Amino acid sequence: MAITAFGAGGGPAAAVDAAPKRRSWVALFLLLPGILYLVLFFIVPLVSLIITSLETQSPDGAFAYGFQWQNYVDSVGTFGTQIWRSFFFAILATVIALLFSYPLAYFIGVKARRWPLLQSFMLILVVAPFFISFLLRTLAWKTILSDDGPVVSALKGLSLLGPQAHITGEPIAVVFGLTYNFIPFMCLPIYTTLERLDIRYLEASSDLYAGGWATFRKVTIPLSLPGIVSGTLLTFIPAAGDYVNASQDFLGGTSSTMIGNVIQSNFLVQENYPVAAALSIVLMFVILVVVSVYVKRSGTDDLL
Amino acid sequence: MTPQNSFADSGADLELTGISKRFPGFTAIENLDLTIPAGSFFALLGPSGCGKTTTLRLVAGLEEPTTGQILIGGKDLTRTKPYQRPVNTVFQSYALFPHMTVLDNVAFGLKRRRMSDPIGKAHEALRLVELDHLAGRKPQQLSGGQQQRVALARAVVNRPALLLLDEPLGALDLKLRRQMQLELKTIQNEVGLTFVHVTHDQEEAMTMADTVAVMNKGRIEQMGAPEDLYELPHTAFVANFLGQSNLFTGPVSSSTSNSISVEVGGRRIVVPKDRAQVHDGTVTIGVRPEKLTLLTAAPANDSGENVIGPGRVIDVSFSGVSTQYVVAVPGVGDIIVFAQNMVFGPVVEVGAEVWMSWTVDHGFGLSDSPELVSAGA
Amino acid sequence: MSAQEGLVLGKIYSAEPDARRTPPRGRFSLGKWLLPVYSALALAFLLIPIVYTIVFSFNAQTGKSNIAWSGFTLANWSGVCAEQDVCAAFGTSILIGLVSTIAATILGTMIAIALVRYRFPFRSAVSLLIFLPMATPEVVMGAGLAAQFLSAGIPKGIGTIIIAHTLFCLSFVVVTVKARAASLDPALEEAGRDLYGSPSQVFRLITLPLLLPGILAAALLSFSLSFDDFIITYFNSGTVQTFPTYIYISAQRGIPAQANVIASAVFLIAIAIVVISQIVTQSRQKRLNAVR
Repeated sequence: MAITAFGAGGGPAAAVDAAPKRRSWVALFLLLPGILYLVLFFIVPLVSLIITSLETQSPDGAFAYGFQWQNYVDSVGTFGTQIWRSFFFAILATVIALLFSYPLAYFIGVKARRWPLLQSFMLILVVAPFFISFLLRTLAWKTILSDDGPVVSALKGLSLLGPQAHITGEPIAVVFGLTYNFIPFMCLPIYTTLERLDIRYLEASSDLYAGGWATFRKVTIPLSLPGIVSGTLLTFIPAAGDYVNASQDFLGGTSSTMIGNVIQSNFLVQENYPVAAALSIVLMFVILVVVSVYVKRSGTDDLL
Repeated sequence: MTPQNSFADSGADLELTGISKRFPGFTAIENLDLTIPAGSFFALLGPSGCGKTTTLRLVAGLEEPTTGQILIGGKDLTRTKPYQRPVNTVFQSYALFPHMTVLDNVAFGLKRRRMSDPIGKAHEALRLVELDHLAGRKPQQLSGGQQQRVALARAVVNRPALLLLDEPLGALDLKLRRQMQLELKTIQNEVGLTFVHVTHDQEEAMTMADTVAVMNKGRIEQMGAPEDLYELPHTAFVANFLGQSNLFTGPVSSSTSNSISVEVGGRRIVVPKDRAQVHDGTVTIGVRPEKLTLLTAAPANDSGENVIGPGRVIDVSFSGVSTQYVVAVPGVGDIIVFAQNMVFGPVVEVGAEVWMSWTVDHGFGLSDSPELVSAGA
Repeated sequence: MSAQEGLVLGKIYSAEPDARRTPPRGRFSLGKWLLPVYSALALAFLLIPIVYTIVFSFNAQTGKSNIAWSGFTLANWSGVCAEQDVCAAFGTSILIGLVSTIAATILGTMIAIALVRYRFPFRSAVSLLIFLPMATPEVVMGAGLAAQFLSAGIPKGIGTIIIAHTLFCLSFVVVTVKARAASLDPALEEAGRDLYGSPSQVFRLITLPLLLPGILAAALLSFSLSFDDFIITYFNSGTVQTFPTYIYISAQRGIPAQANVIASAVFLIAIAIVVISQIVTQSRQKRLNAVR
């Protein structure tokens, strides 16, 4: 079932399917408004996006319906670099966020069990960034990482950075921003599965002659895989479509533009709707393919 | 009379006729007929998946039968909603409302029916189960046994014509279960309602119920008083599900006016006709392990006794009150014998050659054979 | 902030008590001090921009931009609405958040109950329809809605923002409430019917009160998502400014310290709610254990 995909282990949901269910008109009454809403404002817009992506532009600038497949060829041809860069950045940010978050989640979920108060406190700190405006915290990094900010001056002082070098405006700053902003998404699902991890499995493993590292690799990681999959999806999908971090007013520059920025400027600034629509469809399509391949390969497709 | 706003004066008869219940993909109950007399303590006994809980849910109105009728006190309630039936259930999980106090839980049904003084009556019911001092607690603050008693009070307080108990003691440990079995029986005597108790525990069913129906694969195999079911099982399933049995299959070699003789491993075993379901052809006969006597020498012929042997003792296990011997008899198979520990230590050792005898009147003849029925635990 | 954080926040808000085994001391350690020290540093790193934002809400700002520290003042806090646009944007965000939260919570709760308690055809199609919005990048969802409003000739404004917010909150409400509904013993509702409760009474007296923690968590989650959403909003806002779009637009010319004040205040309130709910859950758990 699709819905539990991001739920990291789904919890007791499985028990319900065994419960007797009633078939009734009540179900229809309960479902109809919400489903209609989703069809009207999610499915129809997707369809209208597809139609828009195939529109032709007449010489006077007006758009008309047509089957202009060339839009896709043109968009992908023109913005190939940005598409490629978006997925590269998103994958990089996902991997870094995973490496950053796993030890933290492991400490909170397993080691800190003895002190429930500390555990709750650390958990709150992990989600704390959620509660401050996304844009403001990104701007805060922009100031901290700016040329006259503390980080750059320190690195220059240590001669780790050339006198003319920058951080903001460079790809490294965009990847940094993406990573930072999505760390809680990565950390929480992993924490959720690790927190449920029964220590007896680890004991059984060491009882069966596995050392600490072998236990970690053969028992802990596989058992936390649902959390890792949820976390990587929760990071990868929004990171690939993000345009705030890469925006030039935030952490990005001319050499770090992502597909989200292109869609945004084509749609809202240049009003070049077919290109923006075609790029959106390409982005969504690639994400769906990547996600389904990833979920299949990681052997957690029962989550979907 | 509507069950909505009056108590049932006493328990009522429950009559199920031609009940079937099919779910997509499988049939839970097949053409079930069952009559439960008013005021009785009735147990539906069977392995998991035999349809006993579905039967209970049909009576409660939580499921609708595919075919058939449900009559309570002579009235057809087949299509009546659960909240309009004079029936209450003690759920397996107790299903106490976690957001209400114990008292509010017990008063819930009374308030829905707009009975007078629901709080007073709820306190009274809680006194019956000796939990009135915990009326203000939330269910989660009670132990398993206490929750069980609250669930019972919550059902009994409504004075239903029929009280349904779905494995009510399943979640309790052995000691508490024994205690609750006695309590339930006492309460049933006190309130005089009809109790229908579903369980997979044969000992529980036999201790508590006046009448036990053994259910298997959506059908009732046999119904009767616990002693009758145990002493005279009709089918291989009942013989094996209720206690243990030694079963032998062979052709009927001769028959008199009141008994049949069956060829088993070169011996003739006699069974009284009134204790045998089938009188000719190939039949399965049986005897309970505790009815057997172990003999270390071949006995003299006695027309009132059946003898089997010689065989060799292959296992002896001591269990306190009795000792279980397993004897391998060539041509017959393994036979189980329970012997009371009247003397110190086992009577015979592994490897000893023994004969077994039992009184003809203790044997029984089944209507089917064990090959055709996979017997329960 | 992206909508995808939904589930994660839902878990925090609902703060379900749990029973796990405590690891024995000294077993399987990745180095005794390495992990705790790393964790402390990692958390400190996560807090840097929060601390920065809060500190600069007290900055005696001199020019347009609030970047250089020029002394401590409480003026920004006492005169939040001196910068009128900030306050107006904040009010708009609250309004949008409330309306879309109510709409999404009602619609989503209904779907969640249907999914858990009823059998119906096309079940997996419905599940997919609820899952897809969570797997769709926000730019795509924003652009899709904007394209639709454009072709239908609907002018952008508060209404279109509310439609968009209700949409992305809906799936998260379904997931959160569904998790709660799924953890409830179906026998509880059966017991209600068995004890003479009519369907409407069972819903009012049993189902709804038991689902309430999940519904509340879903509502809080929706509000946080709506309040902080920028990407989808920007595509559908037209000239209306919400708090995030205000910040985005002002980013070029400098953000007034009052924006930091509002963000800090919202942050502190949210953290207070989370801390209180954690304390309540833990003390309730303790009380239960004590009575037993």
